[in-house]
Amino acid sequence: MSDLTPTDLPRRHGTLDHVFYVLRANPVTLIAFGMFAFLILSALFGPALVPYDPLATNAGNALQPPSWSHWFGTDQIGRDVFSRVIVATRLDLTISVAAVAISFVVGSILGCIAGYWGGWPDVILNRFLDTIMAFPLFVLAMGIVAALGNSVENIIYATAIINMPFYARLVRAEVNIRRDAGFVRAAKLAGSSDLRVLATQIFPNALPPMMVQVSLNLGWAILNAAGLSFIGLGVSPPIAEWGIMVAEGANFIVSGEWWLAVFPGLWLMFAVFTFNLLGDGLRDIVDPRKRT
Amino acid sequence: MLASSPRLRAVLMRLAQAIPVVIGVVVISFLLTRALPGDPAVYFAGVAADEASIEQTRVAMGLDKPLPVQFVHYVGDLLQGDLGQSLSSGRPVATDLANRLPASLELTLTALILAVITAVPLGVLAATRPGTWVDHLCRVVVTAGVSLPTFFTGILLIYIFYYLAGIAPSPLGRLDFIYLSPDHVTGFYLIDAALMGDWETWRGAAKQLVLPAATLALFTLAPIARMTRAAMLTALSSDFIRTARAAGLSKSVVLYRYAFRNALLPVVTTLGMVFSFALGANVLVEKVFAWPGIGSYAVEALVVSDYAAVQGFVLVMALLFVVLNLVIDLLYTAIDPRIGFEAR
Repeated sequence: MSDLTPTDLPRRHGTLDHVFYVLRANPVTLIAFGMFAFLILSALFGPALVPYDPLATNAGNALQPPSWSHWFGTDQIGRDVFSRVIVATRLDLTISVAAVAISFVVGSILGCIAGYWGGWPDVILNRFLDTIMAFPLFVLAMGIVAALGNSVENIIYATAIINMPFYARLVRAEVNIRRDAGFVRAAKLAGSSDLRVLATQIFPNALPPMMVQVSLNLGWAILNAAGLSFIGLGVSPPIAEWGIMVAEGANFIVSGEWWLAVFPGLWLMFAVFTFNLLGDGLRDIVDPRKRT
Repeated sequence: MLASSPRLRAVLMRLAQAIPVVIGVVVISFLLTRALPGDPAVYFAGVAADEASIEQTRVAMGLDKPLPVQFVHYVGDLLQGDLGQSLSSGRPVATDLANRLPASLELTLTALILAVITAVPLGVLAATRPGTWVDHLCRVVVTAGVSLPTFFTGILLIYIFYYLAGIAPSPLGRLDFIYLSPDHVTGFYLIDAALMGDWETWRGAAKQLVLPAATLALFTLAPIARMTRAAMLTALSSDFIRTARAAGLSKSVVLYRYAFRNALLPVVTTLGMVFSFALGANVLVEKVFAWPGIGSYAVEALVVSDYAAVQGFVLVMALLFVVLNLVIDLLYTAIDPRIGFEAR
């Protein structure tokens, strides 16, 4: 892996070539990017494009199986499942992206401090991370939401906290191995402050592996958030969200109305699958040796 | 005397390492109980409380004292096994959890055993026959397994096996109401029924257990299969395998005595992470199948804002996880003869 420094522009061009090479050699990654684009588009434009109002009830048309007018059928109070599934994309992606963004930023800062200066902040951080990891993570998220209060923001914070250790450890390791590298010493000799060296010389090197982690983590964050709302935390019922739709649909599965739970579940799976594929693909681009 | 047995020393070292983790877990649990929204005293005093009774509750709970003092009280209560009072059931949380823990353990352990006995052979076969259908099957299972939300798998299985095929019993709890629950010995219905010799009940309990255990197993077998495959591939391409082959050892000896035993180590290591996921997924599976374990207890408590119950649940799960990790590491020293000497 090439270390990115400001004078490294020609080689970065090489990285781009490598990306195209990997994409050509691995069409699955290309498909993953396509699926990702689809998700982003439905999150951005979905609410404007769906055929029905996701909250509009129609008691006369309840529990209809999938048909041409209602692709995914209707639910127990006549809402269009297709519209709800598409509209939910925005909320689910927002929760997971926000959570991952917070853990990315906080994890990076803590990891940089611990990895660069070492000493007692390093010891404390490691103890703290060990303690977080000593909890079954989903259970810890439940406890955090219960303690902070039942709201969407707290779902985001809980998801961020349980993901943070992965980022902090990664950044700490990446920063730590480079703190005495030649280019770092050169930058210090040139008069850069510690903070500047850390931000412009060392941290960018941690970004490629971080991107892989982000992608794999997004899938996990979506699963986690959907799981929390499945057990009744965070999102409250009339709002469309995949986890809660599966939970509501679960009551009807034993009487055969499968479309209520299956379609939001499939969409959830699709999203997680996309991020996992994307993560594996990015890993191939970033580090071809780790391919399994 | 202790020093004379390096393995015993390693075991004791590992036990000692668990202590700071337990302390950390207790501290975080304490902070979670004190971070309740609003004033815990108002909450615990009840809805009809006036100013005086809130103050009374505050003093009774020790909430008027500084945090470190409160922490000492909290630890003291914990040591006596007191996790507080559940508002919804009216019983001590510790009693409730103890009553429901066997159900959760039975489900989780069955699922983990199922997952290990399918995933490990699958991973080994995939590694020894790369490019064949076993390898592809392994890849599909691994990718699908990590993308499938557990609660969704459970619902799909209910739809297929209960509604469509009609093979599975209704997904409501551990035992159909036509059976009497077996006498309480271990709390594990399968074991208790077998001890009584009541095979009718045993079959009934097993039937109820199959779907939730399969759901949980599908979720946990993905990481195990993935790790087994990767570890087997690494082991098979290493020098000592080449040497063993060159020495003319039979295929099965090379595969199982040499490669597999070495591949087992990283697999056992990942089991820790797998347990973390399994215990979390357990909550969702219990909710889907109305399984009367501690997971569904916590979910019910969450719905009615019964915080003491939720916090007790979180703490018990964390301690369970610490113990499981400890067991894994001790297992590790048992299967890897080098560990004991390295720890010297």
